[in-house]
Amino acid sequence: MSLRIVVCVKYVPDATGDRHFAEDLTVDRDDVDGLLSELDEYAVEQALQIADEADDAEITVLTVGPEDAKDALRKALSMGADKAVHVEDDDLHGTDALGTSLVLAKAIEKTGYDLVICGMASTDGTMGVLPAILAERLGVPQVTLLSEVSVEDGTVKGRRDGDTASEQLEASLPAVVSVTDQSGEARYPSFKGIMAAKKKPVESWDLEDLEIESDEVGLEGAWTAVDGATERPARTAGTIVKDEGEGGKQLAAFLAERKFV
Amino acid sequence: MAEVLVYVDHVDGAVRKPTLELLTLARRVGDPVAVALGSGAENTAATLAEHGAVKVLTADAPEFADYLVVPKVDAVQAAYESVSPAAVLFPSSAEGKEIAARLAVRIGSGIITDAVDLEAGDEGPVATQSVFAAAFTTKSRVTKGTPVITVKPNSAAVEAAPAAGAVEALSVSFSEQATGTKVVSRTPRESTGRPELTEAAIVVSGGRGVGGAENFPLIEALADSLGAAVGASRAAVDAGWYPHTNQVGQTGKTVSPQLYVAAGISGAIQHRAGMQTSKTIVAVNKDAEAPIFDLVDYGVVGDLFEVVPQLTEEVKARKG
Repeated sequence: MSLRIVVCVKYVPDATGDRHFAEDLTVDRDDVDGLLSELDEYAVEQALQIADEADDAEITVLTVGPEDAKDALRKALSMGADKAVHVEDDDLHGTDALGTSLVLAKAIEKTGYDLVICGMASTDGTMGVLPAILAERLGVPQVTLLSEVSVEDGTVKGRRDGDTASEQLEASLPAVVSVTDQSGEARYPSFKGIMAAKKKPVESWDLEDLEIESDEVGLEGAWTAVDGATERPARTAGTIVKDEGEGGKQLAAFLAERKFV
Repeated sequence: MAEVLVYVDHVDGAVRKPTLELLTLARRVGDPVAVALGSGAENTAATLAEHGAVKVLTADAPEFADYLVVPKVDAVQAAYESVSPAAVLFPSSAEGKEIAARLAVRIGSGIITDAVDLEAGDEGPVATQSVFAAAFTTKSRVTKGTPVITVKPNSAAVEAAPAAGAVEALSVSFSEQATGTKVVSRTPRESTGRPELTEAAIVVSGGRGVGGAENFPLIEALADSLGAAVGASRAAVDAGWYPHTNQVGQTGKTVSPQLYVAAGISGAIQHRAGMQTSKTIVAVNKDAEAPIFDLVDYGVVGDLFEVVPQLTEEVKARKG
């Protein structure tokens, strides 16, 4: 039987761009170029490797986001995923993590799945809790923050490197997995992959397709509110010296002056 | 005053510092009731009481160590139901955040992660967060249910505030999901004898400019002379020169020490995200144009192989 893998990806503003907030204190997605969150590329990569090892597998990439978010799906398809689902609805603007997880969970159930793979966090919100929330909502095992992952005979295994210990984990499918940036460098799409991606199916669903009421999501439905955002003042320019043989000593003198030594 | 639930991060009864910082913040919002789970849970009580816990709820069962996250969610949910707190606070560790998130779904509450400050407000606790690689700070509230908030290390000072800290056994019945993910084996991390990265007052980090694993002892020697933790940039970690647990940056640790020393680190956005809230920043880099110099209080443009050893010697000499 085919192994059904769903990879959740996010379209995020480029971290090297000048990211800021819109007037309603949501992330401004208009003024900065977007792209597939770098940390989600690791999830796509691991899905491709797991699919390679399986006799038969199908990878669906799933995203929730505005029209432009299709770019993230295209990137994942060009890396080698088989098909894509885009959940898009005007009422989704301002949805927070709990709302997004509700939409993703419904879409994952509608798609059908054995394994859900996520990145460790998004590069914009950086909460890193969505995989755990998905496991809670779907009622399946959570096998998260893996730097190594494999699937065999209906079991997912992986290594989770924590602050105080490294753990070997094991769970039966279906399950939700998240992988870290230590799981293995993501491949670049090949020219062939990019051409093939143009012909791969991308389905579009809205809230009605997922039987979600619009008041459960969006800015109004959010479970948290941002009351204010302040730009951090630029650090005042410091002293820069060129080392002419005494650089280390000069730095030590500065540290002594600031009472670190 | 309302009670506030505080999740305790401990290793066999030894309470980790971020939990004590959390108690400082918790006292601003209510009376802290601590929840300590797993082996050694009862041994946390004295320390927690010293730092303001009015009550310490404890539970131990093999499930806490043998299965991932969910047994702890079941336990914190049981504590939540018995206490009816005004807020539930967690340290922002990987596990703390995951327990918090699942609890939030279960109790129908909003969640805020990675707060760097917490104050009482008219409509519940107000959390300060540092976002977009620390380019902005935001103030947020949970607007539905009981606020669930995770707080980053170094967000508050540890304060002595003696309270009763009476130990009470917490009765937990595990959910069907509790045994879903088995922890087959656990290898404790070896101690380096240096301070913990996220807790250290001084951090010395090396990057691409260090040039290889064989040169990292140079960074370690400087760190040891200052009593500092050792960090590494993503470039150095990806090259396999230093362990990922020491990575400072967006996909590694966020540090906010009194002093941050960057050696051979250019200061890409991914790195800045993890260190730019440090109080004092100094850098050594041979490229005068490196973006790290935009952040520094003091910078030396030069070869780190010359500057760092000289700095280490001078620090040692000054310390006598």
